[in-house]
Amino acid sequence: MHVILEQIINGLTIGSFYALIALGYSMVYGVLKLINFAHGDFFTLGSYLGYTVLVFGAALLTAHFGLWGAIMAALVFAGVSLAIVGLIVERVAYRPVYPAGRLPAVVSALGASIFLQNAIMVLWGPRFQAYPPALIPNVRIQFGNIHLTLLQIMILLLSFVLMGTLYYIVQKTTFGAAIRATAHDRKTASLMGININKVILFVFTLGPALGAVTGIMVGMYYRQISFTMGWNYGIKAFTASVLGGIGNIPGAMLGGLILGVLEMLGAAYISAAWKDVFVFIILILVLIFRPTGILGEKRAEKV
Amino acid sequence: MEQTPLAGIGRLASSRQLHIALATAVFLIYPFLVSDYFIDIAFYFGIYTLLGLSLNIVLGEVGLFDLGHAGFYAIGAYTTAILNTKFGIPILVLLPLSALAAALFAYVVCSPVIHLQGDYLLIVTLGMGEIVRLALINNPFDLTGGPNGVYGIDFPSLGPWLVIDSSLEYYFLIWLIVGLTILGLTKLQDSRIGRAWNYIREDETAANANGIDSRSYKLLAFVMGAALAGVAGNVYASKLMCVSPESFTFWESCLMFCIVLIGGMGSIPGVIIGAAFIGLFPEIFRPFAMYRMLIFGSAMMLMMMFRPGGVWPRKRGAVKYESLLGGTGRTDA
Repeated sequence: MHVILEQIINGLTIGSFYALIALGYSMVYGVLKLINFAHGDFFTLGSYLGYTVLVFGAALLTAHFGLWGAIMAALVFAGVSLAIVGLIVERVAYRPVYPAGRLPAVVSALGASIFLQNAIMVLWGPRFQAYPPALIPNVRIQFGNIHLTLLQIMILLLSFVLMGTLYYIVQKTTFGAAIRATAHDRKTASLMGININKVILFVFTLGPALGAVTGIMVGMYYRQISFTMGWNYGIKAFTASVLGGIGNIPGAMLGGLILGVLEMLGAAYISAAWKDVFVFIILILVLIFRPTGILGEKRAEKV
Repeated sequence: MEQTPLAGIGRLASSRQLHIALATAVFLIYPFLVSDYFIDIAFYFGIYTLLGLSLNIVLGEVGLFDLGHAGFYAIGAYTTAILNTKFGIPILVLLPLSALAAALFAYVVCSPVIHLQGDYLLIVTLGMGEIVRLALINNPFDLTGGPNGVYGIDFPSLGPWLVIDSSLEYYFLIWLIVGLTILGLTKLQDSRIGRAWNYIREDETAANANGIDSRSYKLLAFVMGAALAGVAGNVYASKLMCVSPESFTFWESCLMFCIVLIGGMGSIPGVIIGAAFIGLFPEIFRPFAMYRMLIFGSAMMLMMMFRPGGVWPRKRGAVKYESLLGGTGRTDA
């Protein structure tokens, strides 16, 4: 029994990575109906920026702020940088093609993705980079029969705090209501005096920032990062957001967590080599029987 | 105004037949002027054109978002590779068989999901493409050779007197197939089927109301697109003499998607231009080494800014684009 529980907790850890990245996809999709293919690369760029801060600034930062201070500094630096990068990409790659519709925007997004990925390769080199070992002391904690590492607990804690904050912003504040209204019906929302521009800027700041924070957590968890990893995480996270119902923010969180747990259980009880196949089959089955995802609402087709 | 004899030449020069004749002549002369390296580049340009044409049926004609097209391509290539290396069946016999295998696969996997709309279809096809690739890596029944793939695929041959084994012969093989495909697809565009496809793309509800069985037509598009991708897989496998899963990644599907959109949805000349961009650009910019993909990405963004409808959009039955911002009154965008 405790093996299953441990697997579920491992799954939740990975799932929270997927969920945080999926939020970026889902928010942009909700507001613009645009699949932001560059989002996976925001995540990678965040991971590399965090790596740079931790490797090259670690001595200085830990001397002044202690170890936790250094990690916080990396998270904040990567988050803020990526918020700025997100704004730039929106301005340069997406805004000019909004009037043209969604398919040209897809090509533009893929172009932005290629650009970012190769920019990372040019700046940091094509090889794998390794995060410094044991940034967070490698302490094992035992609850009954279940073993957890301190790192895992920190990751889960931070992820749930971030997701909780976002949930609060989107579901409980006035600005959140504006975001949801925009996602629901943009035209009416703008007639009601909602500033669509502000909403777009918000999703393009917050999404990449969340991606960057996730990038650093992935770096600390797996310790190895590469410039192409954005694709894999991007596909998984996008899958997660569709699983939960794309455009729906609690749906993206739920989809990510479910995907992570399914992947871990599939790896443990079916076959590690076939775990991704298992995940995609579940996704296809969910969509066959619930074509708009788990939390997605059914909308009548307008004629 | 006085009619000059030159006007007749001018009219002839702008005629469609002349353009096609000129293009054909260039294609026939080109391989005799350049080295094998450039003939091979033109071969891969041909493969990309065929793949672009195959996805153009699904995405361009019917407007179905298919981001897993590399899966069909892989089925074609692996059908050829496995049947040829295990049973020694000749490549040219496998050409229709690979098309059939890919078409059958498309029919089986697309039937249950064909009712999905827009992005949900996109993610399902993406998932299918990934499932195919992952399955190939995992080597089911010891058939696909895992991550290393299958080696030692034959050259296509018509008995002993015609063996296609040089770059030049492969060049003519692929462009012959592309030429025939273009002929067929041009006829198809003006047929009842082509018009039904475009109708579904523009307004599926109205198409249904007018008695078009949209489900069957959409499946037909997938089956035909997959069959063509299977043909491309067959030629590709025999040219490379080996196939491995890394040739059929999600990235390949994305490139095919870009070929169709850069050229212009549903436009056959557009597909050729898109394939030229995707296939030739990285080669031409090879001197820029590691910066070439940066240039490539920027070029994709620039193209969509200046020619959002594609470089050579289709004139009749062109696709209408709706602004992402709807009528929000944003004028700065």
